[in-house]
Amino acid sequence: MELYRSHILVCAGTGCVSSASLEIEKRFQELIEQNDLSKEAKVVKTGCFGLCEAGPIVIVYPEGAFYSQIKVEDVDRIVAEHLVKGRIVTELLYKESHADGVIQSVNEVGFYKKQERVALRNCGVINPEVIEEYIAYDGYEALGKVLTEMTPEEVIQVVKDSGLRGRGGGGFPTGLKWEFTAKAESDQKYVACNADEGDPGAFMDRSVLEGDPHVIVEAMTIAGYAVGANKGYVYVRAEYPIAVQRLQIAIDQAKDMGLLGENIFGTGFNFDMEIRLGAGAFVCGEETALIKSIEGKRGMPIPRPPFPAVKGIFDKPTLLNNVETYANIPQIFLRGPEWFSSIGTEKSKGTKIFALAGKINNTGLLEIPMGTTLREAIYDVGGGIPKGKAFKAVQTGGPSGGCIPAEHIDTPIDYDNLIELGSMMGSGGMIVMDEDNCMVDIARFFLDFTVEESCGKCTPCRDGTKRMLEMLDKISEGKGTMEDLAKLETLAKTIKSASLCGLGQTAPNPVLSTLKYFKDEYEAHVNDKKCPAGTCQALLEYKVIDDKCKKCGICAPKCPVDCISGTKGKTVYHIDTEKCIKCNACLEACPFNAIVKG
Amino acid sequence: MKSLEELRKLRKESLDRVDMRRSGNGTRIVVGMATCGISAGARSVMMALVEEAKKRNLQDVTITQTGCIGACRLEPMFEVYRQGEEKVTYVHMDAEKSRKVIADHVVNGNVVSEYTIGAYEK
Repeated sequence: MELYRSHILVCAGTGCVSSASLEIEKRFQELIEQNDLSKEAKVVKTGCFGLCEAGPIVIVYPEGAFYSQIKVEDVDRIVAEHLVKGRIVTELLYKESHADGVIQSVNEVGFYKKQERVALRNCGVINPEVIEEYIAYDGYEALGKVLTEMTPEEVIQVVKDSGLRGRGGGGFPTGLKWEFTAKAESDQKYVACNADEGDPGAFMDRSVLEGDPHVIVEAMTIAGYAVGANKGYVYVRAEYPIAVQRLQIAIDQAKDMGLLGENIFGTGFNFDMEIRLGAGAFVCGEETALIKSIEGKRGMPIPRPPFPAVKGIFDKPTLLNNVETYANIPQIFLRGPEWFSSIGTEKSKGTKIFALAGKINNTGLLEIPMGTTLREAIYDVGGGIPKGKAFKAVQTGGPSGGCIPAEHIDTPIDYDNLIELGSMMGSGGMIVMDEDNCMVDIARFFLDFTVEESCGKCTPCRDGTKRMLEMLDKISEGKGTMEDLAKLETLAKTIKSASLCGLGQTAPNPVLSTLKYFKDEYEAHVNDKKCPAGTCQALLEYKVIDDKCKKCGICAPKCPVDCISGTKGKTVYHIDTEKCIKCNACLEACPFNAIVKG
Repeated sequence: MKSLEELRKLRKESLDRVDMRRSGNGTRIVVGMATCGISAGARSVMMALVEEAKKRNLQDVTITQTGCIGACRLEPMFEVYRQGEEKVTYVHMDAEKSRKVIADHVVNGNVVSEYTIGAYEK
């Protein structure tokens, strides 16, 4: 048996790895060896801790000292001071964790205090590449219980009782989906996991796969037992190489240990699974397109019915759930469906992982109970807006979602509330915007994405989104009219109701929600040819403030189109706004801040 | 994995791999490891404590270091904290005495009074 007196957890999620966390881990190993501490201190690579803003993160137990933004050079100090002499290196700690001179452990820090980590419970705690660590924290116990003590019907009932709803965006009751798949009659059924995670800026599923891959193996096996399938597919986007690697290791380890494969736990139940890679198509996150892709065909959606539960992969009944949905399953069986349904609101049970990004202090992943308000998520957990700027809106649900303005910031987060506000939960992306963001530009940005990703099969999406984008481009260049705004709204509503799949049906959401809540910004672009937030380049006017101009003549030669006139030492300089291409070169060059844009 | 029992056995064995990453309510042993402690030989006391706890398969025991406890002439020292008990300060310790403390105090709950600071001061 090994007993160490100290564990050093180094985050090896993609974010921290790209900031050299693997070199940090190596350095720890070297110095521990050198200082003869190998029998006392253990270095463990874990998955993402969630507070990516503070990365690379190192947590030293038993104190729970939360070191943040660590560089390889810092490791020497941590080993010399903390590991050898027991003195926590306060300068390297995450600032919030020692604000009043009292060093808090990681669980007490503001970012983590309000979180309830269910799906993320093992991320940042265990080494995802060591199955024994997953087992130590009750891994595969739920599977054992299910296979040896419960019937498939009982399993489905538990999931139904928990109130779990799909975490991929649809929010469909999971127990019901399992029931439909179980009831379908066929010689072969499949279980599949949607790990495509196409929403830009979303990385909830990636963190689960990188930090706790075994939870997916266990949950899918439980699902297979419940619906009568003996084969599983995990569809992971190829842009997640670390997740793919760790998941494959987990599958292999589970197989070696007999927790996957033939006759699991001696019950006669067989289940096997494999990984299928995506190839960069957002539309392949849509369930029917995903299934086509697994079959080796071009990822294009089909009309439903028939739903995948009846006719899915290779035309067989298929249960397809999102990574996060699966991540909740083992806990529901270990702690009971009543425990799960005691968290959250009446119609939205449990917790949800959100990827907080944009104009926010604590960018990263947070898992909070449903019903937590947007304000709590953004200010208490997220740490508020940097530089003291005013909150303007929060975009939830990625390119399929909408923008929610400040007046609704006290809304409790759940599936239905967000839809009522014109947005949606989506997969959990939460992008915060401040007073410097232009809402027309935001709508244009998301539409740009969906236009590229449209599969092209149905006219409303293929042509409609492109026309919407053209109109938004026109508006942000100051060439829009009020008639364009009316056309934009009608077109958006048409695309929403006539598109074949979720991509087209939700692509207009950013446009519709910004038109609803920020009409004045659109009108300013159209009527006044001005961008109130100061973002849309074409609508900005560069001019020289006469009083501040020192006639130094530095700006004129910088101009690539020669539109600045004046005489050095004699006259104030002047920009010809007709010729100006708004490149910003003069503004940056002026040493007296005499040139402004607005 | 042939049975659920086999899994549960593996879990028990694996628990000590990760034990300290959750906050525990067990025994906490804090060894003085400032310059005074280290020069008096606290490191071998620390090693002995860790080895003995390992040998006896003890759960929920945290062995950690701290700076100067104050009574430098009494080093090597360590203090034992247990739930519901007053802390006990052991002074002038060495590897052998430390093993006895693990056996008598931590495992069986009997404070080894002759090694404590109280006994020394008499």
